[in-house]
Amino acid sequence: MEHHSAKLIACHDCDLLQREIPLKKGCTASCRRCGAVLYRNATDSIDRTLAFTLAAAVLFVIANLFPIFAIEIQETGSEINLFGAVKSLWDKQMHSVSLLVFLTTILIPALELITMTYLLLPLKFRSVPAGSHLLLGMLKIVKPWGMIEVLMLGVLVSLVKLTSSFKVIPGIALWSFAALTLLLAAAAATFSARDVWERMDSRSDREVAA
Amino acid sequence: MSGATSAAELGLCSCHVCNLVSSPGQGTGQAHCPRCGAPLHFRKPGSVARCWALLISAYILYIPANTLTIMETGSLLKYRKDTIVSGVVELWRTGSWGIAIVVFIASVTIPLLKLISLTLLLVSVQRRSGWRPRQRTRLYRLVELVGRWSMLDIYVVALLAALVQLGNMATVKAGPAALAFGAVVVLTMLASMQFDPRLIWDPIQKES
Repeated sequence: MEHHSAKLIACHDCDLLQREIPLKKGCTASCRRCGAVLYRNATDSIDRTLAFTLAAAVLFVIANLFPIFAIEIQETGSEINLFGAVKSLWDKQMHSVSLLVFLTTILIPALELITMTYLLLPLKFRSVPAGSHLLLGMLKIVKPWGMIEVLMLGVLVSLVKLTSSFKVIPGIALWSFAALTLLLAAAAATFSARDVWERMDSRSDREVAA
Repeated sequence: MSGATSAAELGLCSCHVCNLVSSPGQGTGQAHCPRCGAPLHFRKPGSVARCWALLISAYILYIPANTLTIMETGSLLKYRKDTIVSGVVELWRTGSWGIAIVVFIASVTIPLLKLISLTLLLVSVQRRSGWRPRQRTRLYRLVELVGRWSMLDIYVVALLAALVQLGNMATVKAGPAALAFGAVVVLTMLASMQFDPRLIWDPIQKES
């Protein structure tokens, strides 16, 4: 069996076996055969991702509590927040679509933010949280299904469609979603699962040595 | 390509969760990753068959998704039913060109691109083709990258239908195509996750 320190890496897109090389800060290693990104030397990956995640969590709560936008027709108004939209679809017997929107824009992003905080906060203070292997696996599965950035575009398209027939008042959640989209993108860009695995490896090696 | 060795040729296997390269050994039964305990596979099991199944389901649902109504809008003065394409045409006609292009790309181009690309990839892998592996891998990465953006129309319908429901004044209702279209997006995403791009490179490995 190969030991961890052999540092072989197989490209996830073409399975070419390569040897890892040390990278300068901010650099990326890509597969020499198919060009896939193999790993990055992300600067302070854990600290930065944690900071972005915590900020995103705050904005996520705000974005879900406040209305996204409101319309005004003949002095009667109507406003909407994200959960309201999900509930309204559910009430109109569009259960599957309602569930799809709920999963991709509320449940999975929330799950992702909670899991990331749970994993990264202890790792920052050099301890490994329980169940971290399982959670990292789960994170990898749910990641493609969190679609806040697509929702943000959907909000913008709806806004343009509405302004042609109504007076539209943008709400607090609209700005929160915009900022949230940026923060989630930043968190995804700084997060490096490889760094997390290495941090956990070095931690358990030290425990064995002690 | 000289000196190109795949992990599988050396009996090594890369964990799909933590990327650790290890040797699953010769023993019978399921091998597990020594670091994270995830089950190890040289290639995603049943990749081609599962991908075809999901892709064919997506093709079938693509028909109602485009022929049925996705959104009904009604007010005192006018009432209209829109399919995905007629919605885009209406946006273009009313002068929202930018938004019309965005919606056209997300709801028409991307689903078609995904269906056609995955079919091409599956056929080429089954024929063990050696044709432009690098470009085909890039195509796969593109499909993975843009797939999620097709959800756009679902969110637009959900937001509008919830907001505009003011009795007789104006209403927006989600139509049955929303369900079919949502299913197409989910199925094609699942199909592209099932596809294993390493299969593109396996026939090339054998030749060299």
